[in-house]
Amino acid sequence: MEPQDKNRGLQQRIGYLRIFFIFLVAIILFKAWHMQIMKGKYYRELAENNRIRSVIVPPLRGIIYDRNGEVMAKNVASFNIGLVLADIKDLELTLEKLAPVTGLSLNEMKERIEDNKNYDPFSPLIIKDDISMKEVALIESRKWFLPGVLVVVEGRREYPHMDSAAHLLGYVGEVSRSQLKETEYESELPGRIIGQYGIEKVYDKFLRGSVGRKNIEVDATGRERRVLNIVEPVSGDNIILSVDIRLQKMAEEALGERRGAVVAMETGTGEILALASNPAFDPNLLSRRLSPKVWHEIVNDPAFPLNNRATQGTYPPGSVFKIVMSAGGLEEGLIDNRARISCSGGMHFGNRVFRDWKAEGHGSVDLNKAIVESCDVYFYQLGNRMGVDTIEKYASLFGLGDVTGIDLPSEKKGLVPSTKWKLEARKERWYPGETLSVSIGQGYMSVTPLQQAVMINTVANSGILVRPRILKGIIPEGFSDGKRVYQFPTVEIRKTGIHENTLKIIKDALKGVVYNPGGTGGAARSSLTEIAGKTGTAQAVGRRFQGDTTRFNDHAWFAAFAPVDKPEITVVVLVEHGGHGGAEAAPVAKKIIEEYVKKKHHSPL
Amino acid sequence: MLKKSTIALFDWKAFTIIILIMVIGLSTIFSATYTSTPENATPLYLKQVGWIFIGIFFLLLGTSIDYQSIARYAYYLYAFSFLLLIVVLVAGKSGFGAQRWLAIGGFSFQPSELAKLATAFAITKYFSDYPARYGYNVRELLIPGVLIAIPVLLVLKQPDLGTGMVITFVSVVLILLVRIRSKLFGIMTLLMFMSFPFLWQIFWENLKEYQKTRLLTFVNPSADPTGTGYHIIQSKIAIGSGGFSGKGILQSTQSQLNFLPARHTDFIFSVFAEEWGFIGIVVLLALYILLITWGLDVAIKAKDRLGMLMGCSVVTIFTFYCVINIGMTLGVFPVVGIPLPLMSYGGTSMITTLFSLGILFNIRKKRFLFY
Repeated sequence: MEPQDKNRGLQQRIGYLRIFFIFLVAIILFKAWHMQIMKGKYYRELAENNRIRSVIVPPLRGIIYDRNGEVMAKNVASFNIGLVLADIKDLELTLEKLAPVTGLSLNEMKERIEDNKNYDPFSPLIIKDDISMKEVALIESRKWFLPGVLVVVEGRREYPHMDSAAHLLGYVGEVSRSQLKETEYESELPGRIIGQYGIEKVYDKFLRGSVGRKNIEVDATGRERRVLNIVEPVSGDNIILSVDIRLQKMAEEALGERRGAVVAMETGTGEILALASNPAFDPNLLSRRLSPKVWHEIVNDPAFPLNNRATQGTYPPGSVFKIVMSAGGLEEGLIDNRARISCSGGMHFGNRVFRDWKAEGHGSVDLNKAIVESCDVYFYQLGNRMGVDTIEKYASLFGLGDVTGIDLPSEKKGLVPSTKWKLEARKERWYPGETLSVSIGQGYMSVTPLQQAVMINTVANSGILVRPRILKGIIPEGFSDGKRVYQFPTVEIRKTGIHENTLKIIKDALKGVVYNPGGTGGAARSSLTEIAGKTGTAQAVGRRFQGDTTRFNDHAWFAAFAPVDKPEITVVVLVEHGGHGGAEAAPVAKKIIEEYVKKKHHSPL
Repeated sequence: MLKKSTIALFDWKAFTIIILIMVIGLSTIFSATYTSTPENATPLYLKQVGWIFIGIFFLLLGTSIDYQSIARYAYYLYAFSFLLLIVVLVAGKSGFGAQRWLAIGGFSFQPSELAKLATAFAITKYFSDYPARYGYNVRELLIPGVLIAIPVLLVLKQPDLGTGMVITFVSVVLILLVRIRSKLFGIMTLLMFMSFPFLWQIFWENLKEYQKTRLLTFVNPSADPTGTGYHIIQSKIAIGSGGFSGKGILQSTQSQLNFLPARHTDFIFSVFAEEWGFIGIVVLLALYILLITWGLDVAIKAKDRLGMLMGCSVVTIFTFYCVINIGMTLGVFPVVGIPLPLMSYGGTSMITTLFSLGILFNIRKKRFLFY
């Protein structure tokens, strides 16, 4: 055995080692005290921020009904893949794992994320919408390997009638970055679904509702463990439209493959019963969050399916404009219903011949015959006496050259020329010959089918011009039983002050268009009701396309109302490049009016 | 194996402390794995109970084997561990970017665990065989220097930064305990400071990418809060949010909601601190410090120089593990991936720790026996 005192020095140093070790542990204890006691509150907050997350709860969008309570737009549950960027540690890897499930390429997903740079990193950014149950199962089964990837359930907009009334209803979509800067949407958050077109856009304020918020406890992968508290979202208000979906479908069917537009409205109230534009699109496809391919196809379609031809297409009014001419002539005392002129198929004016559509002429023509047979020479002469500014006065009185005020976005004004307009717009004086073109609805004149409908509707409605409208009522959220509905009264824009007698002369002539032997609108003759109307054949100017003869055929118009004695419905049909209005457009109008009358007899509404 | 003397001279006080720490460890593993345990799987805390029983067997084994005979075979043990380190470099299993594991039968075994004890015992034997009353000179330190350098380099090659640091630390402590010439001490310190930039460069270039990021993250964890800094930040949040009295068992949000990584192994202290608060830490650290001072007391009272040095190396390794692991969870040290002795889940750590503590029991026992 070694003597202990030999190791005294070693023992002493082990003693120092003990002090050193105690010192080390004391440092640890001090650090723990500092973190837990001194900065405990700070770390507790961090822990709460880790655990508790405030997420938005999107509201359900209001339902859109037609006038009979048929659903036109509703919400169905949709499963979407959302990325909570804050929870994703390796984005590249996550996207690689997701690619086979989503069927999207890496670049497509990256682009989507890049486009939403300023998005709240704690809210799920939808990267793929409307996935199948199989895809939901795939994501859920791999959730531990895909932190930050969530299946988000939300209401997806569905339009059960597909492309029916597409232009009228419009579609919804994510609020864009530029829209977020507008006052209308400044309180909304990125990723919100808002109305982008049609009624969905115009009444978005009612339909969209307001988002709720909930505080949830999440785990490290960002998945919800439990809800701590919730502020429920407020669903959007449901709205009722004046549209009758059956009549709408009827109108679309009658129009068939032809490009054009149909407007049908209730004569007295201006309520739109049907508003069709062909070609159409499927709003279901456009309302998905991500559909760049579909978008591209629709936007680049040469037939412009997104264009609402009823409110945004402008065409020369053609002979339908003779209604305005007649009203103006009678009111100004330039003509009466007895005065006659002689038509030999044309009129010399200046050094030019203005032709009548009927080369052999109409013979001796009074106002009634001039409207019934659509004699151009009669109106050349009348126009020449009225002058373009008087024509402009009456055209404006009937609502042409200005928006009708319908509740649809981006309505076109059309154009009613005047001497003042020409000086300002063209820096040129007005030539009298141009007045003659305007007199038969050609030349600089252009109108939308809806304006045309408002014009003839004013004649049918005793000279009172009403605003066409689509919204019939709003059912505020919480009153879905329909017990409380806000209804909207008819809006009279103006009383035109056209004399009763003038209107009677015109109405008689319009009835003659359909019923007299020489009338141009014989194709609209119906056994169910008395229809009055006016045909129009508008020269399509400008476009010439090789091999496509329909492109420079004339546009066919027919504007009508029925029954003649007590008008209830006004219909305007436009067929692009359809040729003669009496042949192409009148039968379409007749079908719609008959459908309306038939239905009216079956169910009183 | 259990001689009468083993039972009679067994230190029940120290054994109770060890059992207490292991029970705290078990309950923390229970809480840490509560939400992540699949339904039909054996819970990890039950597996850990198994490891504890095996570990206690090794503690008794360590108590029974004469430490002097361990020292007698220290060089052979050292040679054996050297062989294993070579084998693991050639044919080892990779885990987390490092080759550390050897598969024997159904078990995985970490040769570096053996290497640290073997190296410590080898230099202990050398220093006790060749005592130098007035401190060692350079020539005398050459052999222990080589003995230390070989395993350190091999372990760093795996790379296992943690074990490399342990071997270095325990060696430095032993050298300081046995004393070196004061002139040599001065020169060595000077050399170390001068060569530091050079050595640092070699060291840095030999690190794997994940180790570099770990070290960089340690310096500035908030630079990449969702990436590598995540572990440190979440651990600090867990400990800090525990406050004075903790959130209670199974109530730790950081742990139960999976924010803490490796929470039943390397970061078990964070779970404990979150659930038991500062009070819990005081109690736990008191138990550890009692065990450490008890171990050093055993070393001081050992009957020979070998026992003293061997006891010190065991306690030093144990203390180093505790301090580095807890320091790591507190964000004081970089994340090097070493377990908390007696608490962290895992068989290898449990067995080697309890075996080495068993040696302390043996050293203590021997001072009462005369032969």
